[in-house]
Amino acid sequence: MRLETYPSTVQRGLGWERVRAALGRLDLLLVVVLLMAVLTALQPRFFLTRENLTNVARQISSNAVLALGQFVVVATAGIDLSVGSVMGLCMTVLALLVKAGWPAVLSLPAAVLLGAAVGAANGLALTRLHLPHPFIATLATLNVARGATYLLSGGVPISGLTPEVRWLGSADVVLFEGSRLATSLPVSFLVVVALYGAVAGFMRKTPTGRHIYAVGGSPRAAQYAGIDVARLLVLVYVLCGAMAGVAGVLLAGRVNSAYPTAGLGAELDSIAAVIIGGASFFGGRGTPGGVFLGAVVMGLVRNGLNLMNVSVFWQQVLIGLIILLAVYVDVLRRRSTQMEL
Amino acid sequence: MTAVAGSFLVEMRGIVKSFGPVSALRSVDFSVGHAEVVGLVGDNGAGKSTLMKILTGVYRPDAGEIWFEGRRVHFHSPLDSRRAGIEMVYQDLGLAENLDTVANLFLGREVCRSLGPWRVLDETAMEQRAREHLSALRVELPSLRVPVERLSGGQRQAVAIARATAFAAKLVIMDEPTASLAVAEARKVLELIRRLKEQKVAVVLISHRLQDVLEVADRIVVLNRGRVAGVLEGSTTRMEDVVALIVGGAP
Repeated sequence: MRLETYPSTVQRGLGWERVRAALGRLDLLLVVVLLMAVLTALQPRFFLTRENLTNVARQISSNAVLALGQFVVVATAGIDLSVGSVMGLCMTVLALLVKAGWPAVLSLPAAVLLGAAVGAANGLALTRLHLPHPFIATLATLNVARGATYLLSGGVPISGLTPEVRWLGSADVVLFEGSRLATSLPVSFLVVVALYGAVAGFMRKTPTGRHIYAVGGSPRAAQYAGIDVARLLVLVYVLCGAMAGVAGVLLAGRVNSAYPTAGLGAELDSIAAVIIGGASFFGGRGTPGGVFLGAVVMGLVRNGLNLMNVSVFWQQVLIGLIILLAVYVDVLRRRSTQMEL
Repeated sequence: MTAVAGSFLVEMRGIVKSFGPVSALRSVDFSVGHAEVVGLVGDNGAGKSTLMKILTGVYRPDAGEIWFEGRRVHFHSPLDSRRAGIEMVYQDLGLAENLDTVANLFLGREVCRSLGPWRVLDETAMEQRAREHLSALRVELPSLRVPVERLSGGQRQAVAIARATAFAAKLVIMDEPTASLAVAEARKVLELIRRLKEQKVAVVLISHRLQDVLEVADRIVVLNRGRVAGVLEGSTTRMEDVVALIVGGAP
């Protein structure tokens, strides 16, 4: 126990810690601003237009929602490989329900509930069947859900959804109508912002959110503390599955169809956003705010490269390099804070 | 022994426990008085951990009785024993390293307030209570709001002990609390044990560092191959006596 401590340092330490925590996210915000500045300079006529920015906001919606669910799982030191397939499955089921004449108020919640149910299966496979790692359970679900999607759809896209179902994914709303601040924003982006706000509050302010961080930091400590770890794990996979359902609803609305290959590989994009956003793969670290910025960075890079006519293949190379860089910066930062002691 | 029969906080009588063909405990009697510091020593495999795991409800004894505050108790899980007022500080401390001191002290027992229909963490109240509790134990930390992984080993040990005693614990069991600490930090932990005693909390100290045990324990119980090899007064015992009981006398 160090003795060179005085009551006042507790107060000062608190302030400094807050600043440091804020800075952790600020550097990513800086990256976003820098990225936007570069893209504005390179593509002055296209990038900073309302159409393009609205487009980016709409495009990142699905990945942002998937990443949010993935983050909650990663916070427990888990991983959900099934989110892309679950998104595809939820889209197809949504389209089938719409074709069967279900109204939007029933079909949309049904799609989200289906996602939650698959998530529950993931969580129970992990905690009840004691599969060795979430990688296994969710890898199985990835295949089952994708296969089911092909079976249900017959391998062909189902197009032509009703306007009500499409509204969430494709509509714009005008905020502050009539005033000079009037801006139109995609509904899907508002959904994303609302979900991030809700999950951020949940993780930071509720006992359950804190327990999720605790399980990720030390499952044994959580168990000693009397936390029902199994129940908590099922909860995070349910949440992640439900998010995959929401992402499917948004994507189906945006493209006005359910195609059986939807979300192929999307799990990796969601993981990339989580990692770029500063969450630790070993659990217990990261914030929804950071993950949001991670999803934004990925969206901006893709958009910028599209505007500059760079091939999709190069985009993938670049995203890979960004993941490396983001994690390396995190390693450096952690090393520097450890040196201080 | 100052305590009179029947006035013990904890009394374990005739505890027997086997794991398959291996008998870990062969009719062990063990007691702790109110605000008493009992050292529990013995070689590896002597049965110290098994005995304490039975007391905290991790294991169930094959035979024997446990009395706590004058009543017969049956602990089926660590949660039961914790509810009764028995806390354990594990050797690996059981802290969530990524969370700060306040979060760790209240982990699983968070103080909440209502915000509309939701129950949300009351950080101000928890920090206030954490500060009061830590200053009562005279534990000094550079900050209550850094992740505990950034604290020193001794500071972490202090947080783990503070956590065990934050909720009206009557008995705290500590498993090798000084094993991995430098001498100066170990001294601090021993002072902390004395302070708990002042605050009427009983302590069972499991330790291989006999000088530490001799320094703080009122009584020392020596286990040897699942039996009580001897019970010694803390103040008058010499190290050699303890060592003789630990290694001596094959039954």
